[in-house]
Amino acid sequence: MRKVQTATKQNEKKTGFIKNIRNNWQFLLMAMPGFVQVLLFSYLPMAGLILAFKSIDYSKSIFEMDWVGFKNFEFLFKNPDVFTVLRNTILYNLVFIIAGATVPVAIAIGLSLLRNKRMAKVYHGVGFLPYFISWVIISYLAVALFDYRLGILNNMGMEPVNWYQTPKYWPFILVFFHIWKSCGYNAVIYYAAIKGIDSELYEAAAIDGAGVGRQIWVITVPSLKPTIIMMAILAVGKILNADFGLFYNVPMGSGALLPVTNVLDVFTYNALKLNGDIAMSSASGFFQSIVGFCLVLITNYIVRRIDESQALF
Amino acid sequence: MNKNRFFKKKLRKNEISTTANVLLNVVFIIYALMCLYPMALVIGTSFAEETYLNTVGYKIFPQVVSFDAYKYILANIQPILRAYTVTICVTVVGTVVSTVVIALYAYVISRNEFRYKKFFTFYLFFTMLFNGGMVPWYIVCTQLLDINNTYVALVWPALMSAWYVMIMRTFFTTGVPNGIVESARIDGAGEFMIFVRIVAPVSIPGIATVALFQMVYYWNDWYLPFMLTSDPEYANIQLYLKRILNNLQEILNSPGVAAQSGDALAKIPREGARMAICALAIGPIVLAYPFFQRFFVSGLTVGSIKG
Repeated sequence: MRKVQTATKQNEKKTGFIKNIRNNWQFLLMAMPGFVQVLLFSYLPMAGLILAFKSIDYSKSIFEMDWVGFKNFEFLFKNPDVFTVLRNTILYNLVFIIAGATVPVAIAIGLSLLRNKRMAKVYHGVGFLPYFISWVIISYLAVALFDYRLGILNNMGMEPVNWYQTPKYWPFILVFFHIWKSCGYNAVIYYAAIKGIDSELYEAAAIDGAGVGRQIWVITVPSLKPTIIMMAILAVGKILNADFGLFYNVPMGSGALLPVTNVLDVFTYNALKLNGDIAMSSASGFFQSIVGFCLVLITNYIVRRIDESQALF
Repeated sequence: MNKNRFFKKKLRKNEISTTANVLLNVVFIIYALMCLYPMALVIGTSFAEETYLNTVGYKIFPQVVSFDAYKYILANIQPILRAYTVTICVTVVGTVVSTVVIALYAYVISRNEFRYKKFFTFYLFFTMLFNGGMVPWYIVCTQLLDINNTYVALVWPALMSAWYVMIMRTFFTTGVPNGIVESARIDGAGEFMIFVRIVAPVSIPGIATVALFQMVYYWNDWYLPFMLTSDPEYANIQLYLKRILNNLQEILNSPGVAAQSGDALAKIPREGARMAICALAIGPIVLAYPFFQRFFVSGLTVGSIKG
């Protein structure tokens, strides 16, 4: 008796599934191009992460390649450069995360305080412009500034500096260009969030005697917090993913600068395409992906523990 | 006195004092100049006379102006024209196809009636948290799909963007009244019809925003040709620029130049020409930007609402 019941239930479930497909076929068809695209360029590479544990041989299919365990990782961590590269990647990204949570917020708050709204629009339009300039072109801009012979900085009457051979300046230069390119974009997001804040809150605070500074601190900043946190969580997940465009193009591949400009993505790229060392590059790529994913989960968990409503998922 | 009190009251509300306002404006003017200066430097330099340039360096307002660099480019237009053609074709095809793919997917996951909405949303969202990285991606592109050294490689891998789908989805959920979709459905319209006839027309600002972002992406892209092609034939303007930055000699590799003798060769405005090509690549963006800016801003404004 009972068996019969479960059987019919299963039957129902099955026909239910087919029915669902039939009822939703148009939706499914519309989602198909995007679905296939994501499958090919996001999920297949995820599956490809197992390459890090295999001995790579192009003549075989991915299933036929031999397992080598952690040997590729041994190679990776035996490489003397890898710790400099790791350190650079993490430090740069930490600075980028901190800068990303402060500079654009400050710009957005500043814009919202300006009395002349038309000027605010102009500034925020101009600030957004660098976002639309590619890293290749930014490397030209860097050359225009830092070229030894013709660069503007070496033609200002001061002692010329061989910028592309002097590592100590480059952390600042790279951080500058990163902020330069990205902060306009993020400021737009924060500025929009500020504009969405109910103006009655400010009026109430003013009546209670709060000055502008106090209003920013107790109303504006807390309202921006969810956005800042969301951006920061996503950025933490990418802490081992350096911006390849920035680090590959702007230092122009100068060998003297490598101690401060070499980051994991460039390292992986060089291993893959310059040295053809796929084993090492797949190991470092694996390391990047897995650590990044764990970090997102951990950060999100911590945020959830502190304030559930602000967690990303 | 009365007036004074009124002024004070208004000030206290939530406006900053006049001095603070002036100071803030000064800060923002400096910020705006910092954003524009490097680009102006490249464009200014492209008009400098070559010997002058070689003695005083890059100048935003060169004292000795010449159009030699542009004349030189015009005379040797072949490689640049080729790179431009690649860029323009890739940008047009990529923008159109990717906007359609993104809009369809975003529409589907914005509809509550869709049974598998949750699955398709998560399926995409997960790719924002986790990815396979460069190496497996490269192997999928070159070994499995075998698109290296094809024009397809400059378009296909970038057709989908999880972030823009999320932005577009927010447009659909906030901008399309549920009632008109329901009534169209009662009238017997299919989902695809509803999308094309009703949802897309009312969502033009959202679709335009994503299309413009994708357009900028394809225009600025150097990564795909750099990773997936080795033949110079496939170089777009960005990759071409990258090559001549690393190797000035490349400018001289065009067929017209090789025939010239030593004296003429020395007069070639190399530095200027390089900057002129760069200026030509920045130009369209800077010129088009004021017209498109509001779309970018409104797109981010609507789309970045959490959730």
